Amino acid sequence: MLWVDKHRPKVLDHVMVHTEIAHNLKKLVKEEDCPHLLFYGPSGSGKKTLIMALLRQMFGPSAEKVKVENRTWKVDAGSRSLDLELTTLSSANHIEISPSDAGFQDRYVVQEVIKEMAKNRPIDTKGKKVFKVLVLNDVDKLSREAQHSLRRTMEKYSAYCRLILCCNSSSRVTEAIRSRCLNVRINAPTEEQIVEVLELIGKKEGLQLPPGFAARIAEKSNRNLRRAILSFETCRVQQYPFTSKQEISPMDWEEYISEIASDIMKEQSPKRLFQVRGKLYDLLINCIPPEIILKRLLRELLRKLDAELKHEVCHWAAYYEHRMRLGQKSIFHIEAFVAKFMSIYKSFLIATFG
Amino acid sequence: MAPIMQGSQQWVEKYRPKQVKDVAHQEEVVRVLTNTLDTGSCPHMLFYGPPGTGKTTTALAIAHQLFGPEHYKSRVLELNASDDRGINVVRTKIKNFAAVAVGARRKNEVYPCPSFKIIVLDEADSMTEDAQACLLCFSFLTFLVSKCSVFKPRAIAVQNALRRTMETYSKVTRFFFICNYVSRIIEPLASRCAKFRFKPLSEEIMNSRILYICKEEGLCLDAQALSTLSSISHGDLRRAITYLQSAARLFGSSISPENLVSVSGVVPEKVVEAVLQACRSGNFDIANKEVNNFIAEGYPASQMLIQLLEAIVEENDISDEQKARISKKLGEADKCLVDGADEYLQLLDVVSNTMQAFSNMPEGFAYES
Repeated sequence: MLWVDKHRPKVLDHVMVHTEIAHNLKKLVKEEDCPHLLFYGPSGSGKKTLIMALLRQMFGPSAEKVKVENRTWKVDAGSRSLDLELTTLSSANHIEISPSDAGFQDRYVVQEVIKEMAKNRPIDTKGKKVFKVLVLNDVDKLSREAQHSLRRTMEKYSAYCRLILCCNSSSRVTEAIRSRCLNVRINAPTEEQIVEVLELIGKKEGLQLPPGFAARIAEKSNRNLRRAILSFETCRVQQYPFTSKQEISPMDWEEYISEIASDIMKEQSPKRLFQVRGKLYDLLINCIPPEIILKRLLRELLRKLDAELKHEVCHWAAYYEHRMRLGQKSIFHIEAFVAKFMSIYKSFLIATFG
Repeated sequence: MAPIMQGSQQWVEKYRPKQVKDVAHQEEVVRVLTNTLDTGSCPHMLFYGPPGTGKTTTALAIAHQLFGPEHYKSRVLELNASDDRGINVVRTKIKNFAAVAVGARRKNEVYPCPSFKIIVLDEADSMTEDAQACLLCFSFLTFLVSKCSVFKPRAIAVQNALRRTMETYSKVTRFFFICNYVSRIIEPLASRCAKFRFKPLSEEIMNSRILYICKEEGLCLDAQALSTLSSISHGDLRRAITYLQSAARLFGSSISPENLVSVSGVVPEKVVEAVLQACRSGNFDIANKEVNNFIAEGYPASQMLIQLLEAIVEENDISDEQKARISKKLGEADKCLVDGADEYLQLLDVVSNTMQAFSNMPEGFAYES
């Protein structure tokens, strides 16, 4: 088991980073007045951990007995009927799905699942009415239509089920949904908090940490706790006992991108562009999301550039990322950015050095 | 032990005014509608105005007052944007509803119960144009058919039959259109309705309503929190009440301004100021760091754009031209965010552009070929 999963806090009391939020959530459960919830925040900040802990607080240990299922739904969509397949993660009291996996048919999934939950409404031993919880991941990736239909469904079936929505950026969730949920912002943990967590894990695993070691990992992690723990474990595998000078190796794709960055700083020519294309394809084939590539590339370039070029370069990065969203083939747009950068940098060099 | 369901009602519903005369700040509409209650006659209505000013409330209240709980179900059809509202729905649902005849008024009826039905179309501006046109046919077809006077002889019989049914519809139904933007309603529809504009609520009226709710719910809200609430909700009473309820659920009965800000998703003043300060500094790396921080804190970038705009407009040290330059970029970035572009990159672009405007760097880029 990875440390990330092994040391994930299981109950709200054990949450280390967002103690105040955990406390408030506990209060919500205790008062038995739980509205729909929307968790938003950057990745690796602990949204899922909090949600799982919250479910446990609500339903007790049974919430952890989850089974993974591949389910198909038959949906009547106007004139034709569709077969939708989706992976669900469910326990007796909750179902978790990522409806955006169904592509443009996501709205049917959302409606079907919720309706079904409303139909088989659980009744506990004392005959009291009980609600189920539906956890929806990546709601920011849902289509507009799905979000619209969600809003009605939320109201109609609120007596039977509660929704917990989880997303990275709440800008992409419509106002109508946001206003129907209790919004909970989960910020990324600070570096000090990451250090604290790493030290605790080190203690639990019985490891000796040289001073400043955890701090260095935290610094490299970009305030992403999951990443910090993963690279901590990698270090453990590479070399133990730790030495204070031990290298914390960056991800190999990151190294690869910084290589690309220095390539295009060195030479600006069609030939170099062609070589870079091959490398970009390598990254894409290895399933690195294109926007991450572009962002990382920008970061590497900004580190090396003169101040006066930075504005221009960051503008074009934003420009091409936007186009990438609208278009279909991301390689075109990343490559366009590289070409644009080369042309800007070349004319800058000519203007400066003649 | 699984949690037990409670009748946790939304306060927005709980405190919705039940009678037309309780609707605050919209004297004109209230006057006309009270008149309707007396006479029992009513034109088609078009309510428009910003969100949270009482449009839906008014429409529902008048419907309830006209028909009472007993007849409400059979006489009033409510359709809002989340129901599927393509052209088919308009065709079938509205037609089926309108086709059922209304009974005569009973002698001992307490409510006015006039002999027509009401169809409330909430958020009518999000309907497709086709659906609007179709609606037009239903509600006002008498007029349309009489206009299309050139029929082939054979079709006349059909048209007449149609016309008769349509005439009966339009006699027994009244439409209430509710929308935010009157410009999105097609002209022929709009021109057939009595139009009413709902004004944004003033701060005093909102405050008095909020204080009333606080008293009912046993909340403690100080003057500072009250003014924060009215500033973050921008004259939208529904939003203010939603924030209030969220804060009460999460933080208990005594609510501070910070609590309200945190549930509303508004970016705290301090953070906006820090970003602006970074723009003023003229140092790209500082700004970049600030933007990175902002994203890591998880604030929504679209909200940041709105608040940046407010801050920029009120800024005293910069010229109108600079303000215009910054605002233009804000608009572009907002569009990109709606398209789903990356928050970090867009915000960085905005901040970099703002920085350039602050330090009066020439527009456009020097090395672009």
